[in-house]
Amino acid sequence: MKNNVLIVGGGPAGLEASSQLQRLGYNVILIERSTALGGHLAKWDRLFPSGVSARETLKSLMGHIEGVKYFTDTEVQSINRLEKSYNVILSNGITVLADAVLMTTGFDLFKASRKEEYGYGIYNRVITNADLEAYFRNGSDPRIDNPKRIGFVHCVGSRDEKAGCRSCSKVCCATAVKQAMEMKQAFPDADVFCFYMDLRLFGRHYEDMYLSAQRDYGIRFIRGRVAEVAENADGSLQVKAEDTVASKPLKASLDLLVLMAGMRPSVSGRRVGDLLEMPVEEDGYFSVKEGIVSGQKSPHPGIFLAGAATGPKTLPDTLADARAAAVMIDQYLSDVFPEAKHYKNLVRELW
Amino acid sequence: MIYEGKQKIWADYQKEIPDDHYFYVRSCIRQSFFPASEATFLDITRNRLGKDIFETEHHTTCGGIAYHSDTIPQETVMTIIARQFALMAKNGYENYVCSCITSFGLYCETMETWREFPELEAKIRENLWKTCKLDFAKPKYLIHASDLIYKYRNLIAKQAVHKLVNVHTGQPLKVVEHIGCHYSKMFPSKGVGGAEYPYVLVGMIEAWGGEIVDYPERRHCCGFGFRQYFIKGNRGYSLSNTHKKFESMEPFHPDFIITNCPGCPYFMDRWQYVIAESTGKTYGQDGHGIPVLTYEEVAGLVMGYDPWDLGLQTHQVGVEPLLDKMGIEYDPEKKYQGKGGKDIGRPEPCACLK
Amino acid sequence: MVDFGFGLVPSSRINLDLFDKERYEELASMEPDVRKCMSCGSCTAVCTAGKYSATSLREAIECIHNGQPDKALGMLKSCQFCGKCTMVCPRGINTRHLILSINKTYGEL
Repeated sequence: MKNNVLIVGGGPAGLEASSQLQRLGYNVILIERSTALGGHLAKWDRLFPSGVSARETLKSLMGHIEGVKYFTDTEVQSINRLEKSYNVILSNGITVLADAVLMTTGFDLFKASRKEEYGYGIYNRVITNADLEAYFRNGSDPRIDNPKRIGFVHCVGSRDEKAGCRSCSKVCCATAVKQAMEMKQAFPDADVFCFYMDLRLFGRHYEDMYLSAQRDYGIRFIRGRVAEVAENADGSLQVKAEDTVASKPLKASLDLLVLMAGMRPSVSGRRVGDLLEMPVEEDGYFSVKEGIVSGQKSPHPGIFLAGAATGPKTLPDTLADARAAAVMIDQYLSDVFPEAKHYKNLVRELW
Repeated sequence: MIYEGKQKIWADYQKEIPDDHYFYVRSCIRQSFFPASEATFLDITRNRLGKDIFETEHHTTCGGIAYHSDTIPQETVMTIIARQFALMAKNGYENYVCSCITSFGLYCETMETWREFPELEAKIRENLWKTCKLDFAKPKYLIHASDLIYKYRNLIAKQAVHKLVNVHTGQPLKVVEHIGCHYSKMFPSKGVGGAEYPYVLVGMIEAWGGEIVDYPERRHCCGFGFRQYFIKGNRGYSLSNTHKKFESMEPFHPDFIITNCPGCPYFMDRWQYVIAESTGKTYGQDGHGIPVLTYEEVAGLVMGYDPWDLGLQTHQVGVEPLLDKMGIEYDPEKKYQGKGGKDIGRPEPCACLK
Repeated sequence: MVDFGFGLVPSSRINLDLFDKERYEELASMEPDVRKCMSCGSCTAVCTAGKYSATSLREAIECIHNGQPDKALGMLKSCQFCGKCTMVCPRGINTRHLILSINKTYGEL
């Protein structure tokens, strides 16, 4: 008799945890709300810091999930706790008796149109970081027309009381620097400006990205938040910020403005969490049992968390979190169901 | 410009505006700058739209000028406002309409402060009783007079004899709309359309056939304020702010500017004269300026009132080019004739501004 | 022209559209590391002349980026070439050569 593990959310965390748990011999059921697995990773083009292909990364994650039962276009309809397990009814009618539940519901991107002063959805030349990744994947976007002056706005929807999110979204600064360099590669004659409040480039090789952006691509970093965007008669944008280093307000005419939309707790994830009465902290993300040593356990026994469901994370963080959750689930299930038998699936993999 | 994006935001910031029975309070200085605006407003709402709009000769200023110039404390201004509310209650009304934008901002501020600090409201109630033996009731609806014209813009359009269209070319007139700062910048939810893309004047212009111009410095303050321009030496600061707006709207070649504040049209009209006479620069065609009108004047023109009855002869920037574009008939001889054909005198001609 | 006793006040706003890209590229070809400056302020903090006059390499570079080269030259006028800034720059910029290059590129104005 094997234990069942239900994994809610088919993004990178869900995929990685699925493959690890499958390998450890558990019966893994992975459900995904949308039509395709991959989460947000499926929409990106290149990943920082080295520019590896998002497609290839996703392909390698998907390559390990043989044997995992997954259902797309499926959501949790109802879930209730029995003595040692969870009785879950899915929207496709299937009932799962889950001995452990792993929530990898991820994040939502902040809706940039809510920052009215930036005019996203009103002015033609204002796009978001997600739109830009889509442009790099598809090759065309009517809003991007040989821009000569490009601006990046950091912290859109993050670190902003008015937008309802006080916290930092962790990955947008590195994304902005990456995208700025990619735009300079695509349009070598363009002037590129990054408007930031603080630059958060903490990870390995991130500082090198910053240095390269300045030294090799001539990107100008202006410390000052963009506060007002308006449209000139010729369709270009007039952008107002302060150069806080020079202590003077500035204005610039730009042909394209890219808003770094931040991370928000997933609304659909929250819905499932509420069914389980999972506590949520002030920032909207799920609470964990203890932030340092038990970051993958929720306060409820048998419910685990991994990935951006517990706060903004980079992709390496997410994958590490997912693997840690798999180990924690293994430990928990071996403890609670000592008579269950699980045999590891051997995976031949060259180092 | 993606118009649907703006419409989404306007849908978010809707405001409840009552249907009838209004208590109207006038503005301190508006009647001096734009003499017929308030009279036109009352005529349109009472006689053309058939609404009950009441004003009493006992009402006073809201105290805004003194408050914003730091000469009276907040409690004094709140007591003055409480007295205004008491007059409203005494006359049996609960819908408060004010003519001035700064007043509107101050009333909103007062109501919000009272909501957050009920003990202050109790204190003001006591103050009012001690000074005037009056008891006040907070208005159920607090709106600005432009909200009212906005609400009835379609009724006005039905009764309109002119449209905001250039009769010679058939093109809609290009209109710059300027909202007073205190309308929505302080409390975005209290203004129609919110703070970034206010809709109250845009709605009027669209209903009457015009086309709105969105230019980069649209949100910028005209520089009115209060305390900084009382002293002549500081006036350059206000002048420069209005100048910045003009420089920004010039490439769009607007036909006129519509505003809903007392101070803004005053500044935008008079400063064009100062800029023209001190630097020689004009912003209209052929040395003319851009006419600046209040929303009541625009409503009046559209409904067929005589321009000189609307007080347009007191404007510094001549409105004749606009009247010609709209195809409105006017008698140039009657421009400087008061009641009974009396000659009210002529202003000195300008050197640069026509 | 009439004198009203008050007039237009000049705007202190930086207009990035006025940035002289060509001249900046000239400077960068002389001293490529000018691009590496991250405005940390270490140079200004230790500057000998900066204790007694408005001297700041960080501010001078910022002024150049903001299209105010004359202000930049003013900021470097009192430089004594003592070398303290070169000692502390975390990005390893040869600040001495940069100051000389700025004077050379923009000095002929």
